Amino acid sequence: MNPARGSLLGIEHLEAAEILKLLKFARRMNPDKPRPLLKGKRVFLLFYEASTRTRSSFEIAAKVMGAHTVLIQSSGSSIEKGESLLDTGYTVHAVGADIIVIRHPNAGAPYVMAQHIDVPVINAGDGLHEHPSQALLDAYTILRNKKTFKGLQVAIVGDIFHSRVARSACHLLSKFGVKIILCGPPELVPDIATTIAPGVRVTRHIEDALRGTDVVMLLRVQTERLAGLKIDLADYIVRYQMNPARLKMAKKDAIVMHPGPIIRGLELTSEVADGAQARILEEVRNGVPMRMAILARAIGKMR
Amino acid sequence: MTTGTEKNRRSLLIKGGHLIDPAARIDTPMDVLLKDGRVAEVAPPNKMKGSADDKFDARGLIVAPGFIDLHVHLREPGQAHKETIATGTAAAAAGGFTSVCTMPNTVPVVDSVEWIEWLRQPERGAVVNVFAIAAATRASKGATLTDFRALQTAGAIAVTDDGKPILDDNIMREALVLGGELNFPVVQHAEDTRMTENCSMQAGARSFRLGLRGMTAAAEASIVERDVQLAMHIPNARLHVAHLSTADALKSVRRGKRAKARVTFEVTPHHFTLADEDMRDYDSNYKMNPPLRSPSDREAILAALADGTVDAIATDHAPHAAHEKEMEFERAAFGITGLETALALAITRLHREKRIPLARVVELFTAGPARCFDLRGRGTLVRGSVADVTVFDPKKKWIFDTGKSRSKSRNSPFDGWQLTGKVVATIVGGKIVYAA
Repeated sequence: MNPARGSLLGIEHLEAAEILKLLKFARRMNPDKPRPLLKGKRVFLLFYEASTRTRSSFEIAAKVMGAHTVLIQSSGSSIEKGESLLDTGYTVHAVGADIIVIRHPNAGAPYVMAQHIDVPVINAGDGLHEHPSQALLDAYTILRNKKTFKGLQVAIVGDIFHSRVARSACHLLSKFGVKIILCGPPELVPDIATTIAPGVRVTRHIEDALRGTDVVMLLRVQTERLAGLKIDLADYIVRYQMNPARLKMAKKDAIVMHPGPIIRGLELTSEVADGAQARILEEVRNGVPMRMAILARAIGKMR
Repeated sequence: MTTGTEKNRRSLLIKGGHLIDPAARIDTPMDVLLKDGRVAEVAPPNKMKGSADDKFDARGLIVAPGFIDLHVHLREPGQAHKETIATGTAAAAAGGFTSVCTMPNTVPVVDSVEWIEWLRQPERGAVVNVFAIAAATRASKGATLTDFRALQTAGAIAVTDDGKPILDDNIMREALVLGGELNFPVVQHAEDTRMTENCSMQAGARSFRLGLRGMTAAAEASIVERDVQLAMHIPNARLHVAHLSTADALKSVRRGKRAKARVTFEVTPHHFTLADEDMRDYDSNYKMNPPLRSPSDREAILAALADGTVDAIATDHAPHAAHEKEMEFERAAFGITGLETALALAITRLHREKRIPLARVVELFTAGPARCFDLRGRGTLVRGSVADVTVFDPKKKWIFDTGKSRSKSRNSPFDGWQLTGKVVATIVGGKIVYAA
């Protein structure tokens, strides 16, 4: 079965025009002015993995638009008892889900759900694969700060290999001709990463990544996903940690972004996290209108 | 060896066909007379002296020795929800296989004489010959060798810990030493599992894009290299590399063969047909182990099929129930079915696309595998050999439909594929067990 209309499984197969429509619609969404586009709808939030920002902002977005939300987490539900992904899907379908938002530790889990259950499925992050709502809210944040994608250079520094945020960001920015530089050690930034989208290159040197850069996107080293990979964190800090001196190598008006959670003292210092160039909390705020747009699109109300 | 069919006393004349018997270097129109479970006579058209009770009209068809599959999972004992010996051998018959070698990674593991005997009982309902491959170590735990001698005497034709490679160097050495003394092949699923934890496909651009952890070619090649080195230095050792899939591992095997070590290997139809980039949208019917490799690995395999290096095509038929496949890709079971598509994929891909002669394709299903495991009297139709015959139409176009499969399971990436080459009849011990 093809995924239901309105599903958002990833950025890779989304057209640039559709992305622009979403970004434009998000600008019209105001979390403080309720718009009942989802009145009476049931939004199921299936979270098989920990989340703070994504879960709360999807929940707020849905509620602001008048939907009922049901949160299902692995612990405290039948998932814990061994219910399969699809059986959980059939169950929430039977209870009348209008939209399924799913966060899952396995890449592709939202695809499996969407191929079997006739309800729009929104990927809220699947394993190492994609995190489309994050990429959209980051694009939204970039546009609010930089007006246009034209001529931009974005450096993504850190654990690219384990990052669904990085994969989605590469797909999205590449569609608009943004120059993307991935920076980090080979264990975290394999050379093969350049094949993900046009306009992506890899460097091992932070200076090289920062020179002429408009947006510095930092990523956390996902120690929980390293799976036997040995990373010398002290060495990582010496070579890649973002501190004020390094940030000066980027363009003067460069902004610093981070999908969170941030680990102060590791991928960035507190001065950078709390500095004037940081847009980290703005990203979190922008998550709500962006996800309002995603939910409206899911039920065909993005007009 | 077991077969569920009684010895056929009626004689059968296969008339008007084109015989390809690579072991006998025959590739010409010939009639074949089967009597008392054996080949009684092979003669040019209308030159047959003997007479027959029944006739099979093979005009326009290829007549070949019965196909042998060195690598199938019939799932019994213990996993009859995936496949049984009855359903698996029915699928084998439909695919033209008259003999299949069944893997011991069942529940429990086939590591004892009792289970070898159980596999051979007529109650299992086998419609083609089933040869048992026994576990190489107890419960396939890789620690203590099984009783090779007793297993061989009971009818096992080889040993393996398939699915769980023998990683310990010394255990593998001991297995090859003992196997060498008994002239007993040791089959290795070559994968250094220490390098492939949590991996579900080949490492490369595709796995990176999909966010799936990837297995490197080195995980296969390093084990094959070690095993070939051991086989080169142990007198009479017989190493058979299962489902070889990488160009690097192929180099090791070529070196071993040049050094006259007794090293044989098989490749699967899916590895010569597909590559990692063919997998889309987390379709777990593309998930198997070894995984679909890079296009350059596939090209190396195709070259080795053409130049005579590959000994056999084996399916690694690995049926799984729907609920074990329709799930998160990383959690889904490894393996695909293969018995009913093997010949058609070989004809479509190797013969028609790559121009490999049909006689070579037939060799890879007959004389080649028979040599790997010393299946005497099989893999050829010379007078006196076992009356196992596969008759096929190399030009017939058809569409594979998993819904019509004889296997209990449906996990194939080739569902809906248009293929060329179809089995018309499968004859085991002189008796027709499948007719299209």
